[in-house]
Amino acid sequence: MVAFLVSAIRLGMSLLLGSTGETITEKVGHLNLGIPGIMCVGAACGCYAEYLYFKAVGVAVVPILAIIIPLIAALIGGALMGLLFSFLTITLRANQNMTGLAITTLGIGLSEYIINEATTIFTKGSKYFTAPLIPFTDRLGVFGDLVLEYGVFVYLALAIAIVTTYVLNKTRVGLHLRAVGENPATADAAGINVSKYRYVATCIGCAIAGLGGLAFIMDYLKGNWEYCVDTIGWLAIALVIFTVWNPTIAIFGSVAFGALYVASSYIPGVSFAGKALFKMLPYVVTLLVLIITSMRKKREHQPPQSLGLSYFREER
Amino acid sequence: MAKPIALECRGITKTFGRVVANKNCDLEVYHGEILAILGENGSGKTTLMNMVAGIYFPDEGRIFINGEEVTIASPKDAFAYKIGMIHQHFKLVDLFSATENIILGLEEQKKYNLKVAEEKVDEICHKYGFEIDPRKKIYNMSVSEKQTVEIIKVLYRGADILILDEPTAVLTPQETQKLFAVLRRMRDDGKCIIIITHKLHEVLSLSGRVTVLRKGEYIGTVNTAETTESQLTEMMVGKKITLNIDRAEPQNVTDRLEVQHISSVDALGNTVLDDISFTARSGEILGIAGIAGSGQREMLEAIAGLHHLTGGDIYYHNPKTGQIDDLRNKTPIQIRDLGVRLSFVPEDRLGMGLVGNMDIVDNMMLRSYRKGRGMFLHRREPKDLAEHIIHDLQVVTPGASTPVRHLSGGNVQKVLVGREIAASPTVLMAAYPVRGLDVNASYTIYNLLNQQKERGTAVIFVGEDLDVLLELCDRIMVINGGRIAGIVDGRTARKDEIGLLMTKSQEKEDALHGEN
Repeated sequence: MVAFLVSAIRLGMSLLLGSTGETITEKVGHLNLGIPGIMCVGAACGCYAEYLYFKAVGVAVVPILAIIIPLIAALIGGALMGLLFSFLTITLRANQNMTGLAITTLGIGLSEYIINEATTIFTKGSKYFTAPLIPFTDRLGVFGDLVLEYGVFVYLALAIAIVTTYVLNKTRVGLHLRAVGENPATADAAGINVSKYRYVATCIGCAIAGLGGLAFIMDYLKGNWEYCVDTIGWLAIALVIFTVWNPTIAIFGSVAFGALYVASSYIPGVSFAGKALFKMLPYVVTLLVLIITSMRKKREHQPPQSLGLSYFREER
Repeated sequence: MAKPIALECRGITKTFGRVVANKNCDLEVYHGEILAILGENGSGKTTLMNMVAGIYFPDEGRIFINGEEVTIASPKDAFAYKIGMIHQHFKLVDLFSATENIILGLEEQKKYNLKVAEEKVDEICHKYGFEIDPRKKIYNMSVSEKQTVEIIKVLYRGADILILDEPTAVLTPQETQKLFAVLRRMRDDGKCIIIITHKLHEVLSLSGRVTVLRKGEYIGTVNTAETTESQLTEMMVGKKITLNIDRAEPQNVTDRLEVQHISSVDALGNTVLDDISFTARSGEILGIAGIAGSGQREMLEAIAGLHHLTGGDIYYHNPKTGQIDDLRNKTPIQIRDLGVRLSFVPEDRLGMGLVGNMDIVDNMMLRSYRKGRGMFLHRREPKDLAEHIIHDLQVVTPGASTPVRHLSGGNVQKVLVGREIAASPTVLMAAYPVRGLDVNASYTIYNLLNQQKERGTAVIFVGEDLDVLLELCDRIMVINGGRIAGIVDGRTARKDEIGLLMTKSQEKEDALHGEN
């Protein structure tokens, strides 16, 4: 049971990073379906950086650098993909849905290329990520195992989610950001630079999502690369809807999604085909949430009003 | 003038592609003055003001604030020069509270604090006499409240020059009076107020001076005290026109459509129509007045068979057979098959009335495609009809095969009204048929309605301009929150009487909500 929950939480945290990133981009009105591809690229960049770092230093590994270098690489990889998406949709005003799907395909291909250049085994690097951040937790029994004994990613994801919620709801920047996503013409008339907000928020969001991809490989898969990071990306997008665009709710939502996703492995006697059905559950739940929120019609729980729409000031 | 000059524009020109929106426009406004900018639709009033507010950038010309030449490249620059514009379409984020909208875009040095901002909003309300709850969400607000938020928004930024784009278009007479009182208070406070409008009586009652634009060109500026309605109309339209609606005495009045106790609810279970009963008679124009969204649309749609009723009946007295048919909850096609000749000009022209991407002929066929025999469409008849309408109603279009989406609002409306009238209806329902039309086009439509009335059609006309309703209609039904507030005689009723009916029971309802 503990192993199941721990596994759910660890998967959940990569989902949380992905969905927090997507929430930020959606809040400025960008429906970014490129998230799966961006998470792939983030993961691949992080892993490749780790591979290069180990190759360069040999055995003299500094633990803190072994963590920070891949993190930065994943952030940059994600941000660059976000920049590409922003350039296409904001500056060239391409359709967001189409661009997003293209970015996903591009990202998956790009990540495979990068990984095939290096190796698919990063277990050595993974140790630094999975090492418990808080010492002596192994002496605290089940409580320690369940609540405290996690690597850097779990705490990072939680911190990012909470900070994001705070910034979105309690600061001027957050107010402006939400205004851009709700009604860009209004934001523009109020003197907010819509393009700047969209560019910056999308790049930051994608960088965070890239981190989620790395978390999935390094933390949840313990450094064994698998060509399925994009699956997590789709789950992350579903999670955004599931948690009605709120990263703090996403903390719990992500664990719930993680639990549903890994449940099949912990229930004895589930056939291989049955596992696929189990992995479908998060999407079914998302559909239910969509139905319920649209039935309740609470304005606060609807997607940002101009989600998916390009904005051009002099359009008449 | 002794008062200092606040804003001055010289030789402003702006083009959109090949369309010239403003050509060499001049303008000057003083502090402590209300200036009206008058012009028909498409005369470039809003475009000119948008350049002052930094939404557009002029191609040519110079702008001076307090005597100094300035460049206004963005709304932010406009704020810096203390210019605030209240747009016709409110620029508010529905999901935010009043205060959040008001402080949106402000880059204050102080820390972000909603509480402090709310107090400041309260202060402004108190000073000028606004009534609004700073914490109320925009999506819960009435149109008039939203407008108040917009005005407070520019005052919060310390605006000295306020531009209001057709502020009264959406207000009831009472709300308009309240707004004017506030504006006068601001003027006395030394603010400079520019109001864009095409309603002459507002110009005359509120402004100190009037600047008139026509087709993007500056025509002139006159002192309100020294001008007359007819002089202004002439400046606005470019020629002397008489704007009179000939209201003939109703002839051969018989009951045509009898609506009895109809009620309905919307998808969320809110009551939209509440026990509405009235009779539309042939040879008569029945006007319907009410604040937008009081149930006018649903009522007409119910009659046309597009809105489901939960109760009540709609009886049609068929003049041919003498029979009485019940139209309740029948589909439009069932209604037509009963031999009811019902025409409907919906308020959403390009949504419900016409298909924008199709040409005029195809749009004619939308009503007649079932007539043909065999599997192929017959294009000749609708083509003749289209040519006929273009000619008779003077539709400005390159030809009958132009997609209607390329036509201007007035011409689109002519096509729609023309098609509906061509069906020689016995009942003609028109919802806001002159919305967005200029003076000339509006009067063309009014005359068409009058012709129909004289032909013996029962005309139902939903309007927003009370002056027009009073001039055009034989009887006026005031609808309010889905109920009938009263039916008055169009020849004897007074405007304030109707205005009161439009708002009165609403206030009662608000009080009820307050108790809950």
